[in-house]
This record gives sequence, structure tokens and C-alpha cells, in this order.
Amino acid sequence: MSFLSIRNLSVRLKKGQPLLRRVSLDVSAGEVRGLVGESGAGKSMIGKAVLGILPPSIEVTEGEILLDGVDLLRLPPALRRKRIGALAALIPQDPLTALNPSHRIGPQITDRLVDILGWTRANADARARELLSEVQIPDPDRVLRSYPHELSGGMRQRILIASAFAAEPKLIVADEPTTALDVTVQKQILKLIAGMQTRHGTALLFVTHDLGVVSKVCQKLSVLYAGMVVEDTSVADFFAAPRHAYSAALLAATPKYTDPAAGLQPVPEAVIAAVQAEVAAFDRRAAHG
Amino acid sequence: MAEAKAIDGRSLVRRRAGLRLWLSASWLGLLCLVALFAPWIAPKDPLAQDLFLGRLPPFWMPGAEPGYLLGTDSLGRDVLSRIVHGARVALAVALIAGTITCLIGATLGLLAGFLRGWVDMIISRMIDIWMAFPPVLFSILLIAVLGPGLVSIIIAIVVIDWTRFARVVRAEAMAQGAMDYVASARVAGRGRPGTMVREILPNVLPTIVVLLTLEMGIAVIVEAILSFVNLSISTDDPTWGGMISEGRTSVHQAWWVLVFPLVTLFLTVLAFSQLGEGLKDRFDPVLR
Amino acid sequence: MPFLRILFVRLLTTAITLAGVAVIVFFVIRVVPGNPIAMMLPPGATEEDIARLSALYGLDKPMITQFGIWIAGVMQGDFGTSITTRQPVLNLVLGRLPATLELSIMALVMAMILGGAAALTGTRFRGGRTEGAIDVANGMALSVPDFLWGLVLILLFGVLMPVFHISGRVTPSLDLPFTTNFYLFESLIRLRFDLWADLVAHMFMPALALAIPLAAIIGQLLKQSLKETMNLDYVTLARTKGYGETRVILREALRNAALPTLTLVGVQFTFLIGGTVIIERLFSYEGLGNMAIDAVINRDLPLIQGIVILFAVIFTGVNLIVDLLYTVLNPRLRHG
Ligand SMILES: Nc1ncnc2c1ncn2[C@@H]1O[C@H](COP(=O)(O)OP(=O)(O)OP(=O)(O)O)[C@@H](O)[C@H]1O
Ligand SMILES: [Mg+2]
Repeated sequence: MSFLSIRNLSVRLKKGQPLLRRVSLDVSAGEVRGLVGESGAGKSMIGKAVLGILPPSIEVTEGEILLDGVDLLRLPPALRRKRIGALAALIPQDPLTALNPSHRIGPQITDRLVDILGWTRANADARARELLSEVQIPDPDRVLRSYPHELSGGMRQRILIASAFAAEPKLIVADEPTTALDVTVQKQILKLIAGMQTRHGTALLFVTHDLGVVSKVCQKLSVLYAGMVVEDTSVADFFAAPRHAYSAALLAATPKYTDPAAGLQPVPEAVIAAVQAEVAAFDRRAAHG
Repeated sequence: MAEAKAIDGRSLVRRRAGLRLWLSASWLGLLCLVALFAPWIAPKDPLAQDLFLGRLPPFWMPGAEPGYLLGTDSLGRDVLSRIVHGARVALAVALIAGTITCLIGATLGLLAGFLRGWVDMIISRMIDIWMAFPPVLFSILLIAVLGPGLVSIIIAIVVIDWTRFARVVRAEAMAQGAMDYVASARVAGRGRPGTMVREILPNVLPTIVVLLTLEMGIAVIVEAILSFVNLSISTDDPTWGGMISEGRTSVHQAWWVLVFPLVTLFLTVLAFSQLGEGLKDRFDPVLR
Repeated sequence: MPFLRILFVRLLTTAITLAGVAVIVFFVIRVVPGNPIAMMLPPGATEEDIARLSALYGLDKPMITQFGIWIAGVMQGDFGTSITTRQPVLNLVLGRLPATLELSIMALVMAMILGGAAALTGTRFRGGRTEGAIDVANGMALSVPDFLWGLVLILLFGVLMPVFHISGRVTPSLDLPFTTNFYLFESLIRLRFDLWADLVAHMFMPALALAIPLAAIIGQLLKQSLKETMNLDYVTLARTKGYGETRVILREALRNAALPTLTLVGVQFTFLIGGTVIIERLFSYEGLGNMAIDAVINRDLPLIQGIVILFAVIFTGVNLIVDLLYTVLNPRLRHG
């Protein structure tokens, strides 16, 4: 039984435009699933749906999101929040905007432990210190007392990672956790996340553009196009032989895996046309029943 | 379908804004008519005193006298007739004082914001000084200097409130002046005065119109405040502020002397300001 | 610009402003028709009497000389002598100042509470009918000035449901043990809650009338700022931690949203203080503004000058403090 199981999830703008089209995917305990697709494909939307932070202009029209066997969409809001807060966590994309500028670092790591999970302050503080050493932050005591603007982007992302792992969640959603960082820092952060994931045995839903990252971190992979899952496979199979023409083109577009000299290849128009026809066919079916 | 809904939502906002504009404009239009035809509309002579008919209640209360719809004040003067005649003073002050204030304030603001340099220095310092005066006290002082009367009130409002226009118009003119189209107009050979009048003015005009509407509401209030402290027109002449002042002292014996002019004043001020806000929405490109 | 330089420039412009106010008020009120001396003497006083008293108050000298004497005195803290009461202007003005300050601060607190509550409620239920109702109420409160709200309150809570006093600062028959004129403050210190309640019952309506327009401004600005803040990443992150809407607003958004609002409140506060003049008159509250109107009516020139200068000092002082606070609180401005 998967820890996270999304079944036929459809999401649309309240005005009508569909954003996710019957998305299904599973993440087993301790497993890392990559989520790739071009910009606007709906990768973040899936993460938001799982974490219960869809914007108010967007509604779920069908499907279920089973977190540890319980459908989040059928829970009353207060219970849903509690469940998500206890079992899941988010590593956000931009460390510069994801920390509250007017709170110190310490409380931003311990708040969930104390306020939601009922830890004592002393235990939570000890846990925060432990986590900061785990994410390799020197002088944890000083950092816990700092404000976000006193720290570098890499440091802040480490703190956000520490905060995500604080309550030992069973599932973490990482939404392009390195794109906002310097290239030099990206590798370290990626390694850190992978290392922590293995050590804690956390299931990870990893949103990225970068197939290179997928090959290093993930075991499973979903390829998304226009809110539709076009391929759901293991990473090994994907790199050996992608089944869908679109994923094949995506793979071909990533230089490292074909010819490094060729540079980034655009996805051929014929492939785009074919996958768009699939989407259109899906919408027609949906409209008829 | 998505399209249709989007348009629906927007037209709802517009309809509400439209309703607001419409209601305010109708009230003010009605008031203008009442002011113009006051002598024909008012059922009684607003100055006629009759001590035997003092403090008559409005028509639905026991003890009311037919012909005195909204009752009488302590001197037996008809409240309705005084409100009707008071509209003349209120609207005259609103229109005249508002317009003159607008012309002077907007001109100074435009000059300061467009010419910059020492002109801006002087005008800005003057604005600073003006902002350091409590406006109500300033107006009372001016009336004491100028003596009571309609002209004095208008002068006082102009002298005090020009900064409202100057401040905003100055900032807008500065922002507009920094934009590309102004530079290109200059390059195209337009002189400074030409640029100011042809390029900047049309762009700040919507703001000026909105401010003007708001200023008219403020002028009505200032007149009422000055009447209230007995510094407006002569105390006999019917003004809303004067009636309120009288009503305030006898509010426990005859509430109607206070309530009816107060409601009229309230609605008028609200209408001017809602008209201004409604126009602001109309002019706002985001909503349009 | 370094902080000290900003401070210096602002102090200089403040000084120019105050000098301008002094010049204007001095010369404007000297154009007032009606000889103040003649007004204070009983009818039938001779020309000689008037001339003698005029000389006593220095009113017979040329205007420029009078101005020089006055300014020289002001520099030494001597604002002259009130013509009607024959007491030093400074004493009179400082004696009334606490009443006006207490009223203004009470109004400011009310405005912050009301405006804050409106903004928080509107944000909590944003997009719905509740927010619409709050917007309409804010629009109304903003459209109508304090003077009219004062009259409406008198009708509501003074006549219809007489729960508050409609005039005065304190019930005159009460025995006041106070040594300062900060009655409200002192009543708390002395634990005289009976007196405190009486003071509040007098102050409530004038303070509320002053507070309503400012509350609306705070409500609008803070709500807008809160709604913008609610879309920021750190707020979203807090939601995933399990916090409910209300706690997210209070814990994550409020503090960050409040800062831009606070700087605007500073300027609006000077408008509120300006409003005390007519509101004190309306509620016969014995503060500075009420005294000012009496001074104008009685042509008490030195007193008018003193009050206007004091108001100007308060206004420019509040603006100065707000500007400097803003510079201090905003590190980008400090170093930029
Ligand atoms: N708040 C919103 N309101 C309306 N539409 C939205 C909103 N957020 C996202 N969308 C739309 O939903 C679609 C999917 O967005 P999503 O953010 O999930 O894309 P993504 O795959 O994460 O892209 P990226 O790689 O750029 O992050 C896009 O077409 C986007 O325009
Ligand atoms: Mg995304």
C-alpha cells in the first residue's frame, strides 16, 4: 500500500479551465518519485493539492488523495490540516521568500512541533539544534536566534529542509528546491536532501525540470503534460526506453543523455501536436461523460 | 463559458459602482433643484418666527400642526423651509469654493510638479506650513479676520484647502513628467508650457475631477462647522450648520431640530464623496 | 543618505515650517477687526483707558516691533500673557494640553482597535459577504468627517440611548484629587476606577467620533496589506504545517502587514489631532481646541498665537517622529 496515493485527481480554475486531468500517482513509503514536465504542466499544482494549499480560485472536481490510506478530500478542513501537518511537509522553491522576515529562525523550525504536535518547548528547541547540525549549519545556537535576512540563500534552504524534517514526516513534497539557488550551492542542497531522505526513510515527491537530478535522486517518475500524466514508470525504465513519444522527446531534449555537444533540443512540433491531440481527446471524453 | 463568467463578475462590480454614482448624482441633482426653486418649494417663510408655534413636532407626532411637516424650532420657524433654503448656501459654497480651490490648488501643484526647482521649493514649503495648521482653527481664525458672510467662507475654504489639490497634483505631475511620452513631446519641439498643458494636464485631469468632487463635500462641512460655531452667515439666515447648532442645544426637548438638517447634511456629504469614489473607479484603468 | 544627514535636513525643514506658522498667525490675527482691549473693558471705558491697557500689552507699538518682542519671548519660553484671563499663555496652554492629548490618544487607540478588527475580520472572510459589508462600512466611515459622526453619536448614545455624557470632561460635582491634568492617566495610577469610569463616559463619544474616519483608513490599508501578505510563500508554508486560517493571519501575516500601515497612521494621526478643535467644541470638552475657539471669539491674540504654535509643534513633531521611525525601521533606507 502506497503512503501517498493520488487517484484520478482533476482540478480546474473555478472559471472552468482544467489544470489537472485525472492525475494518478503513488509514492510508497521511503520512495522518491520525480515529477517532471514543462513549465505550467501542473507539477506544483499536484504538490499543492496534496498539501491542501490550492489557491481559492481553484477547485478539485474529482478524485481522491489518500494520505496513509485516508482520503484528504473527504476530511473536514480542520482535520485535514492536522493530518497534513503531522504526516507531510513542504520544501519550498524559493528560500528567500519562504521564511517569515519578522520571526527568528528558531520558532520557524519548532512552531509545528509546539503548536500542532504538542511538544514541550525544551524538547522542540533541542530537536531544532539537532536538526541544524544534521543539515550542516555551523553555530546552530546563533542561527536559531537570527532573523532570515541575516543568512544566505543556501543557509536558509538548509533551514527550510531542517524545518521540513522536524516532525519526522512520512512524506515530503520538494518543489524545485534548488532552482532559486546558486549553481555551486545546488549540488550540496540536492545531496543534503537525498541524504536526509535516505536516513529518515521519508517518501519524497520531487518536482523538477532536470532529468539529470531525476536520474540521481529518484526511483519512480511521472511525466506530466498539460495536467495529464503521460508516463508513469521507474527511473531505470525511463532512461532505458521511454514509452511515450513526449517523454522520449523530453529525454532527447536533455543534452547530457544523448549528445553533449548538441545542446538543448526543442521538443519536435509533431510530438507536441500529438500530445495536444491526446489532451483534446481526453477533454472531449470528459465533456461527454 | 469561462469568458461569460468573467464578464459577469466584472459587470457586477460596475453595476454596483454605477448604482453608487447614480444615487449620489440624483441626490445632488435633487438638491440643486431644491436650491434653485427654494422660494417656490419652501412651504413657509424660513425667517418667520411665531413664538406660539415654538418646537412643534413633525407631522406624525401628537401635537403636530398641519403645514409644518418637519416641525418648528424654538422660535417657531419651519424646519423644512429652513432646510430648503439652507441648501442654497450649502450648494453655493460647495460649487464656488470647490471650483476656485481646485483651480488655484491644481495650478500650483502642476507648476511645482512640472517645473521643479525653486518653484517647487517654495510651493512645497508653503504646503508644509499649511499642513502644520489645524484646519478648523485656521478657518475660524480667517472668518474672525474677514468677518462673517458667504464671501468670507469661500475665501477661507480656498485659502485653507488649496493644499489638498496642490499636494496630489504635484506628485502626479512629477510621476507623469518622468514618463517617456513627456520626454518625446519635448524632443518633438513642444515648449514647457505647451508640454504642461497638452501632455501632463490631460493625464492628471481625472484625479483633479475626483478631488474636486470630494472638495465640494468638504466645503459643505466647513460651512456647517463655521455656522456651528456661529461664525458663518448671520445667525438668522437659514444654514444647515446653524440649524444643527441650535438643535444641539435643545436636543433633549426637540430632537427634530437637530435630526432633519443633520440627515440632509449627512446625505449630501456622503453623496459628494461617493460621487468622487465612483468617478475614481470609473477612471481607474484596472476596473475599466 | 546617512541617518544624521536625514535628521539634520528634517530638523531644518521643521524649523522653517514652524517659523512660517509663527509669521502667518501673528500677522493674520492682527488684521482681525475689533480691538481686543476695548472688548475686555466694561462699556463706558474711556479712550485713555484703552490706550493705557494697549500699551500694557504692547499693542501700541508697530507690528514689526511687536513681532520681534513676541518671538524673542517665545525663544525664552515666554508666550506672553492672555488678554482675557491675564495669565501666562504658556500655563494656560499647557494646562489644557493634557486633556487634548488624552482625547487624541484614546481616539487613536480606538481607531487602531476598530480598524484592526475590521481588517482582520475582512481578511479572515475575504471574498465573501462579510468582506463586502466591511468594505461598505469602511467607505461610509471614510466619507463622513468626525464632526458629523460626533452629532450622530450624540443622537444615538446621548439622546436615544443615553449611556454616555454628551458634554464636559468630567462630572463637575466630583471631587478630584489629581495633581496633574492627565486625569485619565492619574485616575488609573491612583486606582480611582470610579473617576476613571466617569472620565471615560465623558470621553467615549468625542474619541469615537475622532476615531471613526481613522479606523476606516486603518481598516482599508491594513486589509489590503494583509491580503497581499496572505499570498506570500511563508504564509503558504505555515498552512502546510497545520495552522488554521485565523492563526495564519495572526501569527504570520499581521506583523509584516502592519508596518506599512503604521507609517501612514502617523500622518493620519495629525489630522485626528486637528479634528479635536471642533469635536471638543461639539462635546464641550475642556481641551486646547475648545479654548482656541474661545480665544478667537474673545480676540485674545497672545493666546491664539500660543495655541496655534503648540498645534504646529505637535503636528510637525508627530511627522518628524514618524519619518525618523520609518527610516530606522527600514534598513534599506538607512543605508541606501
Ligand atoms: N493561482 C492560480 N490561479 C490560476 N491559475 C493558476 C494558479 N496557479 C497556477 N495556475 C495555472 O495552473 C497551471 C499549472 O501551474 P503549476 O504551477 O502547477 O505549473 P508547474 O508545472 O509547477 O510549472 P513551473 O515549472 O513553472 O513551476 C498553469 O497553467 C498555471 O498558469
Ligand atoms: Mg511549479
